[in-house]
Amino acid sequence: MAVNRDSNGYTFGFAIALVVVVGVLLAGIAMWTKPFQEKNEEVKKKMDILKAILVKDDYSKITRKNAGDEFENYVNLEEAIVLDMNGVVKDTAAFDIDIKKQFRDKNLEEKDKDYPMFIANIDGKKAYVIPVVGKGLWGPVWGNICLDEDMRSIKGATFDHKTETPGLGAEIKQDFFIKGWIDEKISDENGDFAKFEVVKDKSGSTKESKVDGITGGTITSKGVEEMVNRCLLPYIAYFKSLKN
Amino acid sequence: MSEDVKKTKEPSEPLFSKKNKKLVTDPLTDNNPITIQVLGICSALAITVQVEQGVVMSAAVLFVLIFGNVIISLLRNLIPSRIRIIVQLVVVASLVIIVDQLLAAFLPDVSEKLSVFVGLIITNCIIMGRFEAFAMANKPWPSFMDALGNSFGYAWILILVSIIRELFGSGSLYGFPIFGSALPGEEWGIYTMGYMNNNMMILPPMALIIVGIIIWIQRSRNKALIEEH
Repeated sequence: MAVNRDSNGYTFGFAIALVVVVGVLLAGIAMWTKPFQEKNEEVKKKMDILKAILVKDDYSKITRKNAGDEFENYVNLEEAIVLDMNGVVKDTAAFDIDIKKQFRDKNLEEKDKDYPMFIANIDGKKAYVIPVVGKGLWGPVWGNICLDEDMRSIKGATFDHKTETPGLGAEIKQDFFIKGWIDEKISDENGDFAKFEVVKDKSGSTKESKVDGITGGTITSKGVEEMVNRCLLPYIAYFKSLKN
Repeated sequence: MSEDVKKTKEPSEPLFSKKNKKLVTDPLTDNNPITIQVLGICSALAITVQVEQGVVMSAAVLFVLIFGNVIISLLRNLIPSRIRIIVQLVVVASLVIIVDQLLAAFLPDVSEKLSVFVGLIITNCIIMGRFEAFAMANKPWPSFMDALGNSFGYAWILILVSIIRELFGSGSLYGFPIFGSALPGEEWGIYTMGYMNNNMMILPPMALIIVGIIIWIQRSRNKALIEEH
């Protein structure tokens, strides 16, 4: 029996069958791969924190395989803390906090957000790793800022993005951009916040609190600037309270 | 009457017949998806700043186009014509998502590199164009050959443009410095003699200009390609 492929019944039937098949297939694959993906994300998070700590020295030894062990060598998760927006310690379970999720959540009020910080020991010196999250041109950008023992010089940083333009905004994850942030100060001698500015005129390498932006990636660069300035604030208050 | 037009079985064609080979070779030159059909321009402009991006994107399109073309070709007698575009869209979107999920689970490093391309693959007009113009009307094997030809036709233009743009825009190829380094304070190579990278090369309009030049060269070599109007 020939089927009339132009009939409404056939069209609906085909559409329904297609949706069911594709839906089941995609859902099945998503469920099957989820545990693997979560594991990968956890490793990636550890790698990023390690990179922020080690970028100045030797990051090349960190691979996906040894990231878990190396992470334990440098970072003691029991020392990690969680701050509120005023820089007061409220918790210690920092690793499980998903700041990207909090940033996306429009209903979450600023005062309810968590600000995690990891404390690392490297050659007997302390280092503080602060995760940051913000908006680029097309999607989220995020990263880690690692501070030296003095709690104000940037020792290292990592930046990453989801959908920035390759070759332009996506360059924020490259070493040359990260280098611009190293040795900048997040606060002045009194512990007051020194706001960052991403500049276009290549003066970033000579001036304090200024970092060179990326040609053709202005909006992403500005997004990173906004992200760092906003996310560092609660920690400035915390460091200030430690010093006093 | 109807008995007279009884189906006569066509003699089966050899796999690599002249016609099938032409399906692969034509899109490389005289029927190139980018320079002749002017499809897939959006991704050609966006991601040709670096050679690596061009190669990754080409590989992704190759994969999706081959599987998509074969699947659509297998389903071609079942797809209701009124919703065929939606069906094609569902096939290409599902393929891209499946690949993305599998890579994220088992090849996380590749997945990171690909993340930005996922959206670009789905919207690549070459893919939908080949589904609609070829796979809907042809058997799986020719569709496979057609996909192969079109993805390589897309790939070589993409890679050529990205070689030019990365070399003169960033002074490197596939990430390796060719002209030296322009980082302030760490200059070496020809940058010490005052050479500067052409920032225009990094911006998307330059991709359009380079593609334009390729089109110009191609049409001046083969006058038959010039449209008459």
